[in-house]
Amino acid sequence: MIAPAAGGNGSAPAAPEPRPGDPEVTPELVADHGLSPEEHDRIVGHLGRTPTFTELGVFSAMWSEHCGYKNSKRLLRLLPTQAPWVIQGPGENAGVIDIGGGYALAFKIESHNHPSAVEPYQGAATGIGGILRDVFTMGARPVAVLDSLHFGDLDSSRVRYLFDGVVRGAGDYGNCVGIPNLGGEAYFDRGYEGNPIINVMCLGIMKREQLIRGEAHGEGNTLMAVGARTGRDGIHGATFASEELGEDSDASRPQVQVGDPFTEKLLLEASLELIRSGHIVGIQDMGAAGITSSAAEMAGRSGSGVVIDTALVPVREPGMTPYEILLSESQERMMVVVHKGREDEVRKILNKWELEAAEVGHVTSDGRFRILEDGRPVADIPAMPLTEGCPTYERAGIEGEEVRALREMDLSPYAGGEGDRTADFLRLLASPNLASRRWIHDQYDTTVRTASVVQPGGDAGVLRVRGTPRGIAVTTDCSGRYTYLEPGTGARIAVAEAARNLACAGALPMAVTNNLNFGNPLKPHIYYQLREAVLGMAEACALFETPVTGGNVSLYNETSGTPIYPTPVIGMVGIIDDLERVTRHAFRHEGDVIVLLGRNTDELGASEYLYAMHDIVGGKPPRVDLLAERVLQQALLAMIGEGLLRSAHDCSEGGLACALAESALHDGKNPVGIHVRLADPLPSTALFFGEAQGRVVVSCDPASLDRVRRLADRYGVPCTEIGTVGAIGGSFVVESADARIEAEIGEVGAVYFGALPERMDAQ
Amino acid sequence: MRAVVVTFPGSNCDYDCLQVLRKVMRVDTRFIWHRERDLGDPDLVVLPGGFSYGDYLRAGAIARFSPIVEAVKRYAGGGGIVLGICNGFQILCEAGLLPGALRRNDSLKFRSHDVHVRVETADTAFTRAYRPGQVLRIPIAHAEGNYIADPATLERLEADQRVVFRYTTREGARGQGGNPNGSANDIAGIMNAAGNVLGLMPHPERAAEGVLGSTDGLGVFESLVAHCARERVA
Repeated sequence: MIAPAAGGNGSAPAAPEPRPGDPEVTPELVADHGLSPEEHDRIVGHLGRTPTFTELGVFSAMWSEHCGYKNSKRLLRLLPTQAPWVIQGPGENAGVIDIGGGYALAFKIESHNHPSAVEPYQGAATGIGGILRDVFTMGARPVAVLDSLHFGDLDSSRVRYLFDGVVRGAGDYGNCVGIPNLGGEAYFDRGYEGNPIINVMCLGIMKREQLIRGEAHGEGNTLMAVGARTGRDGIHGATFASEELGEDSDASRPQVQVGDPFTEKLLLEASLELIRSGHIVGIQDMGAAGITSSAAEMAGRSGSGVVIDTALVPVREPGMTPYEILLSESQERMMVVVHKGREDEVRKILNKWELEAAEVGHVTSDGRFRILEDGRPVADIPAMPLTEGCPTYERAGIEGEEVRALREMDLSPYAGGEGDRTADFLRLLASPNLASRRWIHDQYDTTVRTASVVQPGGDAGVLRVRGTPRGIAVTTDCSGRYTYLEPGTGARIAVAEAARNLACAGALPMAVTNNLNFGNPLKPHIYYQLREAVLGMAEACALFETPVTGGNVSLYNETSGTPIYPTPVIGMVGIIDDLERVTRHAFRHEGDVIVLLGRNTDELGASEYLYAMHDIVGGKPPRVDLLAERVLQQALLAMIGEGLLRSAHDCSEGGLACALAESALHDGKNPVGIHVRLADPLPSTALFFGEAQGRVVVSCDPASLDRVRRLADRYGVPCTEIGTVGAIGGSFVVESADARIEAEIGEVGAVYFGALPERMDAQ
Repeated sequence: MRAVVVTFPGSNCDYDCLQVLRKVMRVDTRFIWHRERDLGDPDLVVLPGGFSYGDYLRAGAIARFSPIVEAVKRYAGGGGIVLGICNGFQILCEAGLLPGALRRNDSLKFRSHDVHVRVETADTAFTRAYRPGQVLRIPIAHAEGNYIADPATLERLEADQRVVFRYTTREGARGQGGNPNGSANDIAGIMNAAGNVLGLMPHPERAAEGVLGSTDGLGVFESLVAHCARERVA
């Protein structure tokens, strides 16, 4: 227990003295902690004195970009966050929406870019671990994960090593805990060479009344550290994640945490049991910035204070300083606020799950974040400035000249296509960006929990909600190439495409979690990207009525000064009212009519065709008309609702030809031939491979075609009959007025399913 | 009929098995915690899939020391029906209730996808709902499913028709890429000599409801329910 003199109220405790052995706080040390002289002055203002070394570490973590959103907060305020179905918006461990039937859905996305760049296996594994904890600390049982991955070109052996390690790490961790992977995305482009983007999303389901928040209220209530012991791993991970990577980043490997999915599984079960028991008032993951952020954020949210004695924290090794204990990011730990007097009941539950729990402090009413070391004060900071007082900046943002030139480039030399279009098509389909992702998904358990109605590989993953006729659809989306060439357009497309993916499955889009992955915001051209992307996202989310309920910001994604493509990843969830109506992307019946909703254009800019065939990242990304998108999706949902469609598939990267191939091939078990004739007077390159937005390929029984047409007319959506579904194992034919793709579907499938294994397993 | 599903720390298919037995088969089913020593008097014991003790050391190697495994051994010794799925199969091998062992997949990767398995013998408590030679489509999800035993054991298993499930192609043919993990003789599931203990790597509980895309695994549970009903009458 903590001595009353230190934890009591009334008399102000003594200011902490510098701790023997700690370094002196100098301007250099302040700079090493990623804080500017002005920020240091502000800290001195809050404290009324110079911070101790321990306090400096605490501020450094809490005022890092990762925890404090220094450079993004002002922009994030522009995002829509409210809707009648939103139960919990940004600021908690995860967002929560009402999904009907007395159930709520918690979901959140988070990045683990920096750790994965230096240690891919553990980086990805602990990314999964962290996002699971964010969801189950809301009281929800995790039911699915997704991963949005962006890597450099697979020609590089380093990239193959990173890709392989990330997939194994994410797989091993999620598989062991027993959470199915429901999809995500994987992109490969030289824009991510050296600095991969690893974003992981988790969904959890709970009864509405089981919701709990990360709050520390109730003076005298006990703080317990639960789960794994605190070690020296991951110290200053939050600060590390807020710096650029350089030549010496491999030296940061000790800052990467090591995951233990078995402990995570025990922690998950124990936490849910604790939450249901009523013995606790709050619970929070000790994630980025460990004990510091969990305790400070819980105190900050409830306007209370906390006092913690680091000598009471179970540690892995002797001799750890308060600084190390406070900033360790050892995995699989939780901070729990327990009703005073119920500590033994809590311990009983944890012991059942073979977990440790230690009383490390308690809640106070003085609004201060106080740290003792064996009773002696080492930090004493007003809690509010720590969590809310992080200075926020609006930077100068100017578009880079280089990008403007790329966007304006003349694409006419590449627009024609007199050659063998079949060869072009097969070459394009073998691109790692278009080929089947089965190599990834086969390493992820996709069926555990027996709720996966649509597994990865389609437009969206779909889960059933037990005890209801409903399903949840989920997807992640972002094309970094679009966002690089025109950030606002790219972000709007990411939202529109995510919504289109959900609508293709028959789901009404409900809400968004976002992950903003960008370079160094102090550079004007990067801040420009960030600002434009957030503005575009805000506009699109408002129009689709999909509020942003939380997410993550990852800046400083640069290697030796080269930034990644701006990558605002959208994780979107939607609801299917009746699972009987769930729709998949596969063509199903010979003789069905293939119909295109939306309109083909002559756009080729920013396409995978240019990248894969001509090694070009350039041109304007496709135009996106958000209102037309919304109407298209409403028409699509109406068709699905009336049971008119046999399949629906979004048309995106790789264009119409690749979308048709995906629907014809499905999972490779019963691939069908198709015969499609396109009448548009457009050059075949743009017609076959252009990435015009607002298009969906559907199929229906010929007897339903009139009703499909009438519905499309009613919504004012272009609707064109383009072909028919052929026999299993037939020919794949797509022709225009002057060009033709023709191949046996078996050959198409061999290319589509073989491309990734050939690159990854051929050693 | 009464069934118990054993939960080890790290089990993650326990709930799935419980759901199928309770909701689909309407069997009175409960969880039993690995530290317990008494199974009660069930008609069926299920060791579910997952990563008991994180699969540290070796899949199933630590779980076999759990108190409940002693009770399962006694129960099986008395002729009680035991079904081990995936990690449950691994535990049964480690505990000596089934011969052989499960090594790492020959691809050295976790493999998660549908496989085709052929019912090699339909004359068991676990498979009477199937036709002999029937090909089932059922998911696998494992890193260590590569069954191995010494040649004499394999010979005995084959001779006694104790290889209950075998990986094949969709058409039921052996070879040609049907085996996902390199297991000896394409073995997917085996039973003990007395015919009351079955272990298999594929997950029948994940293929027992139409909404999930396949009901091919349901036959295992239907067979068991029918068997237990017969036993009770007899």
